[in-house]
Amino acid sequence: MSGLSDAAIRRLRDAADAPDLSGTKYEIIERVGQGGMGTVYRARDRELARDVALKVIRLPEMSHDVASRMLREARTLAQLEHPGIVPVHDVGTLGDGRAFYAMKLVRGSPLDALPASPLIERLAIVERICEAVAFAHAHGVIHRDLKPQNVMVGPFGEVLVMDWGVAKLTAAPKSLGVDAAVVVADGISPTTGHGVVLGTPGYMAPEQATGDHHLIDARADVYAIGGILRDLVRCTGDHTDTPDSGKSARAPSRPLQAIIDRAMAAQPEHRYADVMALSRDVAALRAGEPVTAYRETVFERVRRFAVRHSTPILLVLAYLIMRVAFLAIVGR
Amino acid sequence: MGSFPATRHSVVAGIASANLEIRRVAFDALVSAYWRPVYKYVRIKWRADRDDAADLTQEFFSRAFEKGSLGRFDPARARFRTFLRVCLDGFVANEHKAASRIKRGGGVSFVPLDFAAAEREMGTLPIGSGLTDAALAPSADDDALFRQEWVRALFADAVTALRESCAATGKLAQFEVFQRYDLDNGDDARPTYAQLGTELGIPTTQVTNHLAFARRELRRFVLERLRNVCATDDEFRLEARELLGMEPG
Repeated sequence: MSGLSDAAIRRLRDAADAPDLSGTKYEIIERVGQGGMGTVYRARDRELARDVALKVIRLPEMSHDVASRMLREARTLAQLEHPGIVPVHDVGTLGDGRAFYAMKLVRGSPLDALPASPLIERLAIVERICEAVAFAHAHGVIHRDLKPQNVMVGPFGEVLVMDWGVAKLTAAPKSLGVDAAVVVADGISPTTGHGVVLGTPGYMAPEQATGDHHLIDARADVYAIGGILRDLVRCTGDHTDTPDSGKSARAPSRPLQAIIDRAMAAQPEHRYADVMALSRDVAALRAGEPVTAYRETVFERVRRFAVRHSTPILLVLAYLIMRVAFLAIVGR
Repeated sequence: MGSFPATRHSVVAGIASANLEIRRVAFDALVSAYWRPVYKYVRIKWRADRDDAADLTQEFFSRAFEKGSLGRFDPARARFRTFLRVCLDGFVANEHKAASRIKRGGGVSFVPLDFAAAEREMGTLPIGSGLTDAALAPSADDDALFRQEWVRALFADAVTALRESCAATGKLAQFEVFQRYDLDNGDDARPTYAQLGTELGIPTTQVTNHLAFARRELRRFVLERLRNVCATDDEFRLEARELLGMEPG
């Protein structure tokens, strides 16, 4: 065998790890990413003539536990039909024994690779994240690994929450249409073993970092979204962090900082009770309205009112000035 | 399909054997797996010319066999690949100091080493010329350089084994699909399965099946070779995970 180029080596490494797609309707186009337990490929669905994202468990990781987690992720996603959650098309086992599922191929950028944009647009993204996560919470699913890399923004501005591989099913798995008995029989525990830490530092709530999974509830996701908001504030493309503020993006306004602080409070009881409460505050900030996380001074309230209603105030002032000037001229 | 081939004694265990025949066979396998990375590493890291690099490569393995130095490997301290590279650095440094290269290559001989082929494999360099200074600049990470050449040799060997196996079992059509799809294109865009099927006169499903077979076999050959040159199961799993389970660095 003659010398292999670096490009050939890369291909062969991929080829040696490539899933066995014989007997399926898919063909691999390229490897696009690597998650905690599986490799994601862009693949072609020959029957429907469309590209999909194919998540396949990695061979060295082919343990029953990991396969079960991947199956659970697919089932969880399949039940969460929401525009902010990537839909699953297919699930199964390949000829080489590896579990896989096919999902919509999301074209776009993860949040951490998003080009600089005004903060007001980023706040809108946080609201979309909150909506998707709130939907999952309502169906008994806590994501547990929300971070910028797990949120994709598509070409039409759509926001998709990805990678539900370490999601926690709360006490009502029936709401997902997944029977608890079947779940356990498949080796998929609705909870994770005590002491096992799942999540990402920087976005992981303190109670999650201890591995006390029974303490984790929806507020762990509130904490993580707070972390995402904190990151987004740092990466804005303008110098206006709210419609009513002229402060630098590097120094968020006090209301915005208060929202982040409340979302990321160390104690769960000091955070927003749920992600929609967080979302409402973000929406209020975006609209130039008061937020629950921050108590304004009288001066700040007057200033916010003045900025928000600047046009009618200026018109009234102009009228008054002209009126005074007219009276002064006529009175001479 | 199992994740890994069954555990068995590797050549790393064999080179420490008290039985001369076992040690000899193990050394042959070891030299086959490592002579290319050793030669290229000596050329690049130590800026040796071709003749010197060839002599040093042969001498390194001869001395290691005679003195049993590689048999002193302790898997608790490092991977075998790293240990071998450190031994090589020590050997070449001593050789430079002693400047006693007259007896190089004497004594023990192993499998034939095709240094001219290794030279051709060293990439973009015109045959017959020396390496450029840029190409010869020592790498900031010697281990990465050695590993890169070791991976290249491992895959080259596995591909050769795959081709020979396919030829012996009448499966050259499978190898051809593999060659066209995974081997030939470099950085160029790959053909689709349908294009490849049309080109080779086989249905698309056949392309998928052939490719799956060849890749499965390639994986088997790679893991077999990897297993041979790893001292422990843990080292083997670590290497396999890094080699096949992650993006190349």
